[in-house]
Amino acid sequence: MALARARRRVALGLTLILMAIYFGFIALIAWNKPLLGTQLIPGLSLGLLLGGGVILACWTLTWMYVRWANAHYDPVLSRLRSDEGGR
Amino acid sequence: MTDAGTLGSPSLIAKIFFAAFLAITLAITWWAARRTRTTDQFYAAGRSITALQNGFALAGDYMSASSFLGISGLVSLRGFDGLIYAAGGLVGWPIVLFLIAEPLRNLGRYTFADVVAVRLRQVPVRVAAAIGTLATVSLYLIAQMVGAGGLVRLLFGISYEKAVVIVGAAMIVYVLFGGMLATTWVQIVKAILLLAGAMILTFLVLLQFGLSPIQVFAAAAGSEGAQVLAPGKLITDPVDAISLGLALMFGTAGLPHILMRFYTVPDAQAARRSVFYATLLIGAFFLLIVVIGYGAMVLVGPGRISAVDPGGNMAAPLLAELLGGQGFLGFIGAVAFATILAVVAGLTLSGAAALSHDLWVNVVRRGNPSPGEELRVARVTTLLLGALAVLLGIAFKGQNVTFMVGLAFAIAASGNFPALILSMFWRNCTTAGAVAAMLTGTIGTLLLICLSPTIQMDLLHHEVAWFPLRNPAIVTMPLGFLAGITASLLRPEDAARDGFEPMQRKASLGGELPG
Repeated sequence: MALARARRRVALGLTLILMAIYFGFIALIAWNKPLLGTQLIPGLSLGLLLGGGVILACWTLTWMYVRWANAHYDPVLSRLRSDEGGR
Repeated sequence: MTDAGTLGSPSLIAKIFFAAFLAITLAITWWAARRTRTTDQFYAAGRSITALQNGFALAGDYMSASSFLGISGLVSLRGFDGLIYAAGGLVGWPIVLFLIAEPLRNLGRYTFADVVAVRLRQVPVRVAAAIGTLATVSLYLIAQMVGAGGLVRLLFGISYEKAVVIVGAAMIVYVLFGGMLATTWVQIVKAILLLAGAMILTFLVLLQFGLSPIQVFAAAAGSEGAQVLAPGKLITDPVDAISLGLALMFGTAGLPHILMRFYTVPDAQAARRSVFYATLLIGAFFLLIVVIGYGAMVLVGPGRISAVDPGGNMAAPLLAELLGGQGFLGFIGAVAFATILAVVAGLTLSGAAALSHDLWVNVVRRGNPSPGEELRVARVTTLLLGALAVLLGIAFKGQNVTFMVGLAFAIAASGNFPALILSMFWRNCTTAGAVAAMLTGTIGTLLLICLSPTIQMDLLHHEVAWFPLRNPAIVTMPLGFLAGITASLLRPEDAARDGFEPMQRKASLGGELPG
């Protein structure tokens, strides 16, 4: 099924992006603590900014997936369903 | 007034708030009980929950007392380190959305074993999945019950045992009579109260700092030193850090009580939207928690917080009393109690489903129960599990059980998650493979945690630990996958291969399996 493959490609791609972001963050915590302590403006350290960035990335990626699914996946799916129903 | 403020002395306002919550949730249960007559209604609320409602319920399951009190407390004492848990707590949700939610909804009925067993042999898969489910659920339950006992003692001044019994009794009533419908609505009400409480508390903090969160962080750096804005001592070993990250990221996608919620919505599209809502809510909640934590650090001070509770769990209640007075403290305390109740109810329901649906109906009765039998068995197992939760809660009194939540996530990531992924996405996965993945992941995790510093050094006070990591997921998760793949290749299964295409169709289209 081409559709199942397309969904798998999108899902896997987004999963890998998120893993890269999150484990990049963890790796920085583990190996470069002083860098994350740098204060960009008083009070806002790079670590806090990136931590907020991880949360923002989660929101953006889920939003991207839902938008893709609504715009590309569901229409094909409902066409397949009506084909089956017509047989 | 002592250092603890009025914490621990019976506060009338807290009791009134909590009594009001009990009254509302019991009314919900009474309403739900009249709509809980079939197995579908008991386990899955008759598939009648909307995407937004399920989003709140999922978020509610995740926003436990340990994340509300525990993470804000961790931030208030150690600053940035608490944020690691907050960010880690959210990254599991996109994974659930991308890989699990939609096919799970289309393939299963009540438990995640339904999905793993679609094209495999029922009995071995059900038994292995029930072991994985019960291991995760009971560890999670113990952590919640022990947390509840301690928390209620601090907040309301009633005894540990009494608190555990109250939580157990209320939870049994919700699940027994109201099934998933009551459990879901209790969770929704609590999620709204908790988010409202956190928002008000954050607003009160920000009022002191010109409505700027950055001013709060700057003040924290000013009073406690700039190191509170940087990673500290919590994570010293990089491998352990990544291991914990793996457990948090993939464990969510293997937690039985979370997965079960996807069966309560009408279709896969609603399942998808509900994860999106849940991700928004949980992310917002963690942002609030971080501000509350730093606010408590500045306004209450780490010294006073750790004097009341060395773990920092009372940071948010202390801050609430300081900024909002006794009334607000009562509200926050009641919400924290309600949180534990709601989470424990969801856990018990998913454990009962594993026992009755997976073990009794599909193993003992080979998929052919007599009419009404499944529902009866589900209610009996609810009662048994509820009683067991109370007993375990009392048995583990005074133990440090916070590691058990991390352990539950590690088991979910190493056993349940690999079995789900292999069976749904890999054509060559066989019964032997799925069983091997679940058993290796579950047993391997339990074994390694027994050999880890957490048990060997912290609990048994040995000099050295046999296994260096506190969280074993970095070893056990690949091990789970490896066991699943090896066993599948060693024991090929034609029926499982042939079942892959029909399963894929059903995973995308929903509906009945052709043929």
